[in-house]
Amino acid sequence: MSMKGLLNNYGVWMVAALIILLVPIPFGSGFALSIASQMTIAIVFALAYNMLLGQGGMLSFGHAIFFGLAGYFTIHYLNWMGQGVVSYFPVSLLPLLGGLVSMVLGVLIGLVSTRRAGTTFAMISLGFGEMVTALTLIIVSFFNGEEGIQGDRWVGPEPLGITFGSDVQVYYLAGAWCFAAAVAMYAITRTPFGRMCNAVRDNPERAQFVGYNTQRVRWLAFTLSAFFSGIAGTLHALVFEHVGFETVDIARSGFVLFMVYIGGTGTFLGPVLGAVLITWLTSILSNFTEAWYLYFGIIFVTIVMYAPGGLAGLIFMHEPIWLTDPRLLRRLLWPYALGLASVLVALVGIIGEMEMIYHLSNDITGEFVMNLYGFDISLRNTVPWVICAIIGAIGLALCRKSFPLVAQHWHQVMHEARERVLQ
Amino acid sequence: MSAVLELEHLRKNFGATEIIRGVDLTIQAGERHAIIGPNGAGKSTLYNLISGLHEVTSGKIRLRNHDITNRRPFEINRLGLSRSFQVTNIFPRMSVFENVRCGVLWSMGCKYSFWRRVNGNVEVQQRTEEILESIHLADKRHIPASLLPYADQRALEIGITIAGGADVVLLDEPTAGMSHTETARVVALIREISQHKTLVVVEHDMSVVFDLADRISVLVYGEIIASDTPDNIRGNRAVREAYLGTDFV
Repeated sequence: MSMKGLLNNYGVWMVAALIILLVPIPFGSGFALSIASQMTIAIVFALAYNMLLGQGGMLSFGHAIFFGLAGYFTIHYLNWMGQGVVSYFPVSLLPLLGGLVSMVLGVLIGLVSTRRAGTTFAMISLGFGEMVTALTLIIVSFFNGEEGIQGDRWVGPEPLGITFGSDVQVYYLAGAWCFAAAVAMYAITRTPFGRMCNAVRDNPERAQFVGYNTQRVRWLAFTLSAFFSGIAGTLHALVFEHVGFETVDIARSGFVLFMVYIGGTGTFLGPVLGAVLITWLTSILSNFTEAWYLYFGIIFVTIVMYAPGGLAGLIFMHEPIWLTDPRLLRRLLWPYALGLASVLVALVGIIGEMEMIYHLSNDITGEFVMNLYGFDISLRNTVPWVICAIIGAIGLALCRKSFPLVAQHWHQVMHEARERVLQ
Repeated sequence: MSAVLELEHLRKNFGATEIIRGVDLTIQAGERHAIIGPNGAGKSTLYNLISGLHEVTSGKIRLRNHDITNRRPFEINRLGLSRSFQVTNIFPRMSVFENVRCGVLWSMGCKYSFWRRVNGNVEVQQRTEEILESIHLADKRHIPASLLPYADQRALEIGITIAGGADVVLLDEPTAGMSHTETARVVALIREISQHKTLVVVEHDMSVVFDLADRISVLVYGEIIASDTPDNIRGNRAVREAYLGTDFV
């Protein structure tokens, strides 16, 4: 294959590998590396989840059980190795073992849950999610209740001095597995099974009349998705050296759904974008505001309502334009900038109001003083309330003016792209 | 000639309503067999029973001496029986090429393989191309199926149906809703693709039926009232009475 062909086919993967390799150079601090590791874990889990939702059309509310149970298994296995109860297994290959554990669970649970698609599947997944969460609190001997269990990844021989003791070593472990899992999951979309998965998603009735057992296709997709979720869960256990019930519960299942949906279910890139963005937001937002969960909900609802294709959908809707003539995109720059600026102004006002309300309702000191955007303000004073309201109103008014402008330019550019293609 | 498809005292009830009331029918290998009958006679239900979509209430269906009664659709399909649908039933989000390829995959032994590249299978690609040529959609291979004009979608429907190489093909109103020229095109297509196959076709357009069929069975209120050559059916009194008031040829 020529150099150009190689770049065309594998260029994206080379860039991805390079990013994973180079991240620790600018982001070498313990905190940054921890976020980077979490991102790689989230990417694997989100891609695995999208095998179900995006590729197979199955909406699960309980997929975290495959993530968390692999995590519990991993911590136990580390401890057993430490105690010499089980034979040594390389720590770097533990994700494979964790994946297999989840895969076996996937085979069993999928046998029940994938008989039907749609609402039935969603409800059964919710049921299993609740059941496993309850089990983690009931079977204390294995799950240790709310406290969870911890282990030490520094165990056994140290080939080339690699102990996974340091943050950067464990980051590279997670990064390597993230890369391998992503390549594998991408490859699966390009197989006969991958194509039939889409066929069963789009038209299950027709799929069975071309010889495919739709239940088996769903079951297999479910099992493979469980396997990759297990890899993610194992990486989580190795990075944090702790696993608790919050790794299997509904919130975790909901979170991965958030990531995938916000990123976009329709493309392979979508879940990756969602995983990176949401992981970053949760780590950053939670430092600034305690109401970050609320903002999360708002982002989710906005995406569902106005951009059902997610962030990747927003990007790829420009594909016809850049394929025709990338210069056309320039004409969208200033309308987009204008729209974005209007949204930002509106957000400053609205978020300001919400932060004040949140602080007001949670203030235990009784002083009603807080820091908003770097200003120390008293909530007893009406001025900040009025200022935020005015900024919010101005922002919304700007949105009303700028959005139609954005739409108008978008249609013009799309129209021109189409004309040029037809010529 | 030998019997390929045999229906024996076939019955189907939906609740208390009898839709198929004891159908006996034998279809010979290589035959082009049309099933006609007024609306609500049970033609589509009959197809759904044969292809495994609905459960049979009583009676037997045999495909080349295999009992396929109440077998599941994909099992029946793997035994060499394929069907099309009255309402276009394709994979709307996939390209024309991918639609046909979905029909090809199982028969070429791809099964549930998730470790081999689908594009790497030369035989599958070739077979898909052949089918695309035969349904005259080769130059539209990259278009998403949902964007095809109606007549092309119907042709694609037939393409998916024959892609797996089934030798018994059931078509359900292949020309429904088409103009004269489109109908002529599809009839020519059916003639082409049904060579060396056994064809069963449900059709409302009598000119198509009499043009295409070697034998015709008339289904009225869930019963076959006649099964004969086109000439004999034309002269059959019972059939004329059943079609009284409609434009029977």
